[in-house]
Amino acid sequence: MADLFPPAAELTASGRPVLLPSEIECSILSAVDLECDEIPSFPLLKSGIIILTTHRIVWISDSTNSSNSAVAVPLAAVNHIFSSKKSIKSMFSSPRVRFQVSFRSGGGLRSAVVTIVIRGKGDHEVFVSKFWENWRAKAWENDDKNNNTKGSSSSSASGPSSTGSGGFYSSEGTVRMVGVSGILRKEQEMWENTDKSLQEAFQDLNALMSKAKEMVTLAEKMRQKLLSSHSGATNDDEVASKEEIQDWLLSVGIISPVTKESAGALYHQQLSRQLADFVRTPLDIAGGMISVIDIYCLFNRARGTELISPDDLLLACSLWEKIDVPVMLRKFDSGVMVIQSKSYSDDEVLARIRTLVSKPDALQFGISASDAARTLGIAPAMAKEHLLTAESKGVLCRDVSPEGFRFYINLFPEINSEDLYLVKNYTMYATWIKAVTANRPR
Amino acid sequence: MQKLGDFKLPHFFNYPPYFTLQPVKDTREKQIQLWKELILDYCRTQKIFVIGLEEEFPLFSNSVIERSLSHEARVAFLSALVSDGRAEWLDKGHRKCLILWHRIQDWADIILHFVKNNGLEDSVMTVEEIRSGVESRGTELQGIDRTILMRALKQLEQKGKLAIFKGSSTDDEGIKFSV
Repeated sequence: MADLFPPAAELTASGRPVLLPSEIECSILSAVDLECDEIPSFPLLKSGIIILTTHRIVWISDSTNSSNSAVAVPLAAVNHIFSSKKSIKSMFSSPRVRFQVSFRSGGGLRSAVVTIVIRGKGDHEVFVSKFWENWRAKAWENDDKNNNTKGSSSSSASGPSSTGSGGFYSSEGTVRMVGVSGILRKEQEMWENTDKSLQEAFQDLNALMSKAKEMVTLAEKMRQKLLSSHSGATNDDEVASKEEIQDWLLSVGIISPVTKESAGALYHQQLSRQLADFVRTPLDIAGGMISVIDIYCLFNRARGTELISPDDLLLACSLWEKIDVPVMLRKFDSGVMVIQSKSYSDDEVLARIRTLVSKPDALQFGISASDAARTLGIAPAMAKEHLLTAESKGVLCRDVSPEGFRFYINLFPEINSEDLYLVKNYTMYATWIKAVTANRPR
Repeated sequence: MQKLGDFKLPHFFNYPPYFTLQPVKDTREKQIQLWKELILDYCRTQKIFVIGLEEEFPLFSNSVIERSLSHEARVAFLSALVSDGRAEWLDKGHRKCLILWHRIQDWADIILHFVKNNGLEDSVMTVEEIRSGVESRGTELQGIDRTILMRALKQLEQKGKLAIFKGSSTDDEGIKFSV
């Protein structure tokens, strides 16, 4: 496996590359070939999408192809980037970028020249300059340094809390932890550091952008801390508020948002894929269906500063039809739009509604959309959609009165129109009569 | 079981959705069917011939569950009866509806039966006598709506079973049976 070059890259379910903890996407181009004449085993990589990150060059096969494959060349392996020669020939052929990489092969170190052929219309000059920039920045070395100095495991949850030289806890070793005062001092110092980085972060947007990653790490750290202290907490309110804070912190945090700048022409497609990955957690929490408005808020909160417009979100959602993702956009007759997972079934909700309206109280007084929302744990607008769907399937029927709009279980099919007084045993109609007569004040 | 006067109401009369016109086709059809049956049953037992849409009609509201039919719903149910031939609008504005718990044909048969039972095959009667005379007492013809009676008589006239003639006094028309 180690001999295989270039190594395969991991993809998410919707075909986006799985990024390393501190990796950020910088530029995306479409219709790109990767060529290498020097390696016989080099696969045929034709007209795919190439994503330049701070750590790697990721090549992904075209999205229309159902079997997405991807390879990645770590920038660390790049020895040299050849500057492109301005010649008459280069004006007529597709722009090319050549670079030399070294890799292990059969126990020895080999090097080869790989060519990126850009056939698409994307701005290749920006790509090339970003390529140079990232290669020189050596972001991967920072990661290594952190891991080495801390000497801890590399798991992202408990690993280094910051990057670069200005870590929050870099003074950890110098503080002497003796008794309660030691602990207090440590706490104090932690707060001062946190406070400082917060102040720095909010100085201006650029500073925030540069601090974004630290903020996310901080959020993650705080979440972990809350999680670990959970067992000790006894007060219910405290637990609830901690859970809430955890939720907030969880929703801070798309480290590498797809932006128009980085993705260019591929912006909506890539956004669509990132969105598909993002919605899965909130969808699970919401029970398989969530309104587009909710997702818009959550998604933008997670993106932090690179906000997207509602139009972009809708466009990204509508692109799901064309790519193979496990979620879909659904529009109800009333115009309410929701995002639901493809595995989500109306039957399940229908069964829950049926159970809900069969309870004695609901039999007598019916249920409103807000009752259903409470029981099903969803937004009232969506609960109403579910109820209307159930009505159109003949499970429910409505009651409009000065008291409001309520839904009852549909008894009409069970009533005999030949004999209005006939009540068959063991029918819902019989159960309903029982419930109504039992509760009626005498 | 709940009652309206001496009329026994079915259980579903207390089912609130029964009083809201249902939008879903299948459900609505069943609801209309149930209303048609109930209206005919009620009118038959209570000898009600005309339902005025703008007047209070006991069947169209339920004080126990505090529900009553909207105007739209009333029109829908009565129109359904009209299209079944079990009711007729008395005016263009659809404000009064004649309920035919017996069809005109059935009323005509009832009249013939009445004539034969009372040996009136060749006699003369006024229209008012049929509605409130001694002979009709205790029969379904007692208190019959004048419009329905005239329609049934006209149908019989066309078949040659009787002749309607204008009396010398303007107050009533005479019927000469020839069964």
